[in-house]
Amino acid sequence: MSKQIQVSGLDAYYGSHKAIEDVSMTIEPRSITAFIGPSGCGKSTFLRTLNRMHEVIPGARVEGKVLLDGEDLYAPTVAPVSVRRMIGMVFQRPNPFPTMSIYENVAAGLRLNGRVSKSQLDGIVEESLKGANLWNEVKDRLNKPGAGLSGGQQQRLCIARAIAVRPQVLLMDEPCSALDPISTLAIEDLMAKLKDEFTIVIVTHNMQQAARVSDRTAFFNLAEQGKPGKVVEMDETSRMFTNPSQKATEDYITGRFG
Amino acid sequence: MTGIQHISTSRRIKDKFVQGLVYLAFALAVVPLVSVLWLVISNGLARFDLDFLTHSMRGIGARDANGGAYHAIIGTLEQVLLASLISVPIGLFTAIYLVEYGRGGRLSRSISFFVDVMTGVPSVVAGLFVFAFWILFLGFEFSGWAGALALSILMMPTVVRSAEEMLRLVPGDLREASYALGVAKWRTIVKVVLPTAFTGIVTGVMLAVARVAGETAPLLMTVFFTNSINNDPFTGPQMGLPLFVFDQAGRPNDTAVDRAWAGALTLILIVMLLNLVARLIAWWRAPARGR
Repeated sequence: MSKQIQVSGLDAYYGSHKAIEDVSMTIEPRSITAFIGPSGCGKSTFLRTLNRMHEVIPGARVEGKVLLDGEDLYAPTVAPVSVRRMIGMVFQRPNPFPTMSIYENVAAGLRLNGRVSKSQLDGIVEESLKGANLWNEVKDRLNKPGAGLSGGQQQRLCIARAIAVRPQVLLMDEPCSALDPISTLAIEDLMAKLKDEFTIVIVTHNMQQAARVSDRTAFFNLAEQGKPGKVVEMDETSRMFTNPSQKATEDYITGRFG
Repeated sequence: MTGIQHISTSRRIKDKFVQGLVYLAFALAVVPLVSVLWLVISNGLARFDLDFLTHSMRGIGARDANGGAYHAIIGTLEQVLLASLISVPIGLFTAIYLVEYGRGGRLSRSISFFVDVMTGVPSVVAGLFVFAFWILFLGFEFSGWAGALALSILMMPTVVRSAEEMLRLVPGDLREASYALGVAKWRTIVKVVLPTAFTGIVTGVMLAVARVAGETAPLLMTVFFTNSINNDPFTGPQMGLPLFVFDQAGRPNDTAVDRAWAGALTLILIVMLLNLVARLIAWWRAPARGR
């Protein structure tokens, strides 16, 4: 179920503006990789290049290679839609489909791609909601609108929706930044559980969160204002937070800038 | 540093004064609406009966008191339906192109420009165009269909503009959420964007329908005129309610003027009824109602 991602020499552009430059890294399967760094340094942009969501924005493009278990995601013959089915995404703000019920939200990915029977769907919806630790809270109101849930529940609904299509990788773009500490904890517990099955990549502004949940951490930063973002350092999370090799990393983690 | 300030008396007075002005403006705006409704209802009720709704003007003499608008009601319903069948798909697809695909390119900018131009086309001109092109140049006869063509010219820009606005209101988040599930763009539009904007689009279409249902000028030159029932919108002259009102109001007898008022009342009721139906559809189609 879980695959490795290898990125080499990746540049991402918005029109003529280069947002990130020459990023290379390996993201290991069955682990959580965290991206930290100041705002506007290209963490989210980089995350979105991993499942070809970057190019959804008009004028955005990517140069370089992203390999999913050796297969180039940016090869000219690859359909972006199929990449996104393999690499799911959870966004910063919970965004359940407002016209759909809880059940339909979870089933959306499968239904909209049109390939499952009703009985199969029931099973997958239950399994995904259980996987997202939401089943017990919503099992009696699956036909109620998803937008009626609390923020934390909505975010877990979005996670359930993302894992329902059985992706190999789950990308999370600051999934807890709009949530209270208790909901955040619920999601962090969930991530720890999900990493048995998925490769998880998370962008976070919360240093403690990165330290708590991730196995490896990458620190992104701008070389200077107006220059594209880069990976300053990437290492085991424990080493990054105790004994980083770069001065900039230490400064950022200890709160001396950013 | 200044401390907590109290609202001065002059500001309080100004506030009340402006508030009063706003209420006054509202009252002024409501006056024409209420007076129109009052006039139409009080004058229209005289002849608004079953006889009026079920009979045409065929064989009704100049001084006869009975006769009705059945032929005009049929005509209006058919013409507006046909006009909607033409302009709603075209308008909706245009709006989808503008919002989802055009992305401010040259084609979408020129489409926007021409939609604006179309909005400004006087209704007589739309009628004249269909008259000149469809009837004189191509040689077809006067018919409800020709009227529907003229009406659809007027309806299209309204549909495009309102649908475009509603589609733009759909948050980009939802599109991204759908793309991130590996759903293709066109399916995202059909299954996520359109359902989300559905209620608004229906309202927009109803406004467009209401606008064209009351048009007289384009009908004059296209459906022509008749006193008889013609159920077939594709052959022969038809009638329309606005035409009926226009015709009856121009006659010298009180009975005819009463019929004109009743016709106007019928027209208002039809538009209101269509609105109601549309609202019901929108309410019923929104699964996320209630909490």
